[in-house]
Amino acid sequence: MSVLETQGITKRFGEVEALKGVDLNVGKGEVLGFIGPNGAGKSTTIRVLLGIIKANSGEAKIFGQDVWKDAVELHKRMAYVPGDVNLWPNLTGGQVIDYFISLRGAQVNKERKLELVERFQLDPTKKCGTYSKGNRQKVALIAAFAAEADLYILDEPTSGLDPLMERVFQQCVIEAKERGSSVLLSSHILSEVEKLCDHVAIIRDGAVIESGSLTELRHLTRTHLYIETKASVDLSDELGVFEWKQEKDGYSFQVDSDSLSSVMKKVSEHGLLKVESAPPTLEDLFMRHYETGGDNS
Amino acid sequence: MTNHWFRRVLPIALWQLKQDRVRIPVWIMSFLAVTLTTVTLFESLYPSAEDRMQLAHSVVNPAITALLGPAYGVDNYDVGAILAHQMLLFTAVVVAVMSILIVTRHTREGEEEGRAELISSLPVGRLSNLVSTLLVQFIVYAILSLFIGLALVSINIPSVTIEGSFLYGAALGVTGFFFAAVTAVMAQLSETARGTMGLSFAVLLTFYLIRAIGDVSYEPLSWFSPLGWMLESRVFVENNWWMIVLVFGVAVLIGMFAMYLNAIRDIGAGLLPSKSGKPHASKWLKSPLGFTIRMQRTSIIAWSIGMFVFGATYGSVLVETDTYVAEIEIMAQMLGEDLGTGIELIEQFIVMLGVIISIAATIPMILSVYRLSKEEKNNRIEQVAATALSRRKLLGSYVVTALIVSLLVMGSAAFGMALAGTLTLDELAFSTAFNAIIVYLPATWIMIGLAALFVGLGKFKGLTWLYLGYAFIVVYLGGILEFPSWMKSLSPYELVPGLPVEEMNWSALFSLLMIFVALIIMSLQVYSKRDLKG
Repeated sequence: MSVLETQGITKRFGEVEALKGVDLNVGKGEVLGFIGPNGAGKSTTIRVLLGIIKANSGEAKIFGQDVWKDAVELHKRMAYVPGDVNLWPNLTGGQVIDYFISLRGAQVNKERKLELVERFQLDPTKKCGTYSKGNRQKVALIAAFAAEADLYILDEPTSGLDPLMERVFQQCVIEAKERGSSVLLSSHILSEVEKLCDHVAIIRDGAVIESGSLTELRHLTRTHLYIETKASVDLSDELGVFEWKQEKDGYSFQVDSDSLSSVMKKVSEHGLLKVESAPPTLEDLFMRHYETGGDNS
Repeated sequence: MTNHWFRRVLPIALWQLKQDRVRIPVWIMSFLAVTLTTVTLFESLYPSAEDRMQLAHSVVNPAITALLGPAYGVDNYDVGAILAHQMLLFTAVVVAVMSILIVTRHTREGEEEGRAELISSLPVGRLSNLVSTLLVQFIVYAILSLFIGLALVSINIPSVTIEGSFLYGAALGVTGFFFAAVTAVMAQLSETARGTMGLSFAVLLTFYLIRAIGDVSYEPLSWFSPLGWMLESRVFVENNWWMIVLVFGVAVLIGMFAMYLNAIRDIGAGLLPSKSGKPHASKWLKSPLGFTIRMQRTSIIAWSIGMFVFGATYGSVLVETDTYVAEIEIMAQMLGEDLGTGIELIEQFIVMLGVIISIAATIPMILSVYRLSKEEKNNRIEQVAATALSRRKLLGSYVVTALIVSLLVMGSAAFGMALAGTLTLDELAFSTAFNAIIVYLPATWIMIGLAALFVGLGKFKGLTWLYLGYAFIVVYLGGILEFPSWMKSLSPYELVPGLPVEEMNWSALFSLLMIFVALIIMSLQVYSKRDLKG
């Protein structure tokens, strides 16, 4: 059963069509990576899901309930972390954490809160006005993870964190997943998405243009290859070969998954000395969708 | 060695002046305008020695002394003496406020926001920024003193002597410089700009209160306040320049102390241990209503005190009603045609004060509701709306807070006017003055309802202010311009019975209450239906 399911949600702001039909699906205990460039509609989608703005058409359900009509009821089981955390400068981080937890209708579990404060290395006695961006983000993260939720909606939650804290965040997500919670993680940091997410949805210009498990998506894309051969070779015009580049001792290029065997056959004719292959990174996937324009949408 | 501490003071000073090229001239012009307007007003209000003696008679009372300082030269209460008594302390306090704001900006705020670090990385002296700030303040207040002096001389009133005029300016200027030095010290102590301002305002308030208590009950106490020294210069009466020199001397010592403190501390650090806050929220703070009230606590207290002083100021001049109404034609027109005499006239005056004070007291209520849109503008609502708190409850807690604000500010204004009124005027009953203001509560709630409606809609917020302005114009100019009655009845304040002159009208108040309830229901409805912006 889907925890979160949207079908063709659209949203217009005046003349601008911000969402042109977004379909998302997050299953129980699943982490969905929601990626796309700035202005693609990630945050707008999330704000529809949170019932902060109302979709013009389409259906958006969480736990089978309508995200707009049943917002308050739903929010009791959800936690949200925005990318840009704005807090009240004259309250301490600790106070704000407690306020958020209480607003969600949960009890503040002091032990759990202190444990997270410790892990994220936040000083909860300092006023929010003195916090850096990263520290403000920690406040929102601690508030989100200190009380268990069935669904976490995280909108670029690590943009201000250092690598060490990013790791703590990733552990938190993994723990939540192990508890059976679902996560919608919107992110720019593709390595993070690769590490945490089972499924990925790519949004561009207000529509989801690609979604599926990472393995499925990888299949759609190219493999990186580096080869060294006895004789010189030039495959730059070969079907399915991209970014052919001559290096010091060999060649690096990318191959479409479909053309892999034919290309390898060609290469071996030139006396193959060395082969290194790297699976396509999410970045390649991402770039392919953005650089090549509209061939998938 | 000097290079080490004071290198590049002048360029930094010029840079600071450049940043304040609008702010400082506006402040100085305002002080000039206020001083010149009031002195000409006094001249025209009290043209004869008799008028002035009558005024002198009425101002010698504890309430006025506590507010404005002791009256000097009451046996010959000329325009100079009136100006020094009625305006000097008030203006000086505002000059001190200007000083605190500007010095905080150039010291701790720059440090907090990292600008100071950037400057310190350049070949400048360790104390250059602080010294530049104090130097700029010295120049600014020298100019202010000189301009005020010249302006007062230029209006050519015999009792406003040349010496007194320049002393008046110097008294203002030296107060500004004194608080510049005080703020410079506080900027070394506190780690934040907010803290610096808080401490400096606390010092200002303490000195003001010490002087108030000293002047009323135990004179030697006033010697513990620089505001007391400044007033001891007895401008236009005795012209004691030494008092000004004393304030200036102590200010220089305080400034040097600030430099010493600046020299022994690290940049970015404060000498007072930064007060670490509570790591947990209290039960009260965890509730939306408690949270909303807590966020507005400071301004609620400030407005309540302000409205108390406002009420008390009017209350203490009730005894003067005859003079005002006789001298100021507009005032008579505002009160309407059937002017009474004695207590009757005072009661008519109280009715008008009731409306005006209520309209002023409505400002903090509207601001209180509008805090919610400010939260939206500052992108803080999104995180709150993503919790299980419903929009109705969210807006509701702001409306309830505004209602609490309405009780507090109206209550303190009414209490202030009734207290000062009964202290100075024997025939006045406490409840008469108190009720004259408090009866307007339902009218102010209409404004709260409107403010909530526009927050609910997320637009047209200016309309509440326009409507409040309209209500004010109806009261202020309605009599003079002879507005038709339907124009008057568009203002909720006009529907309230003007106690104590008119009869109590419960049904009118009840209708206002019903309109308020309807507005709130509508606003909750629209607020839960619209898109939030941030």
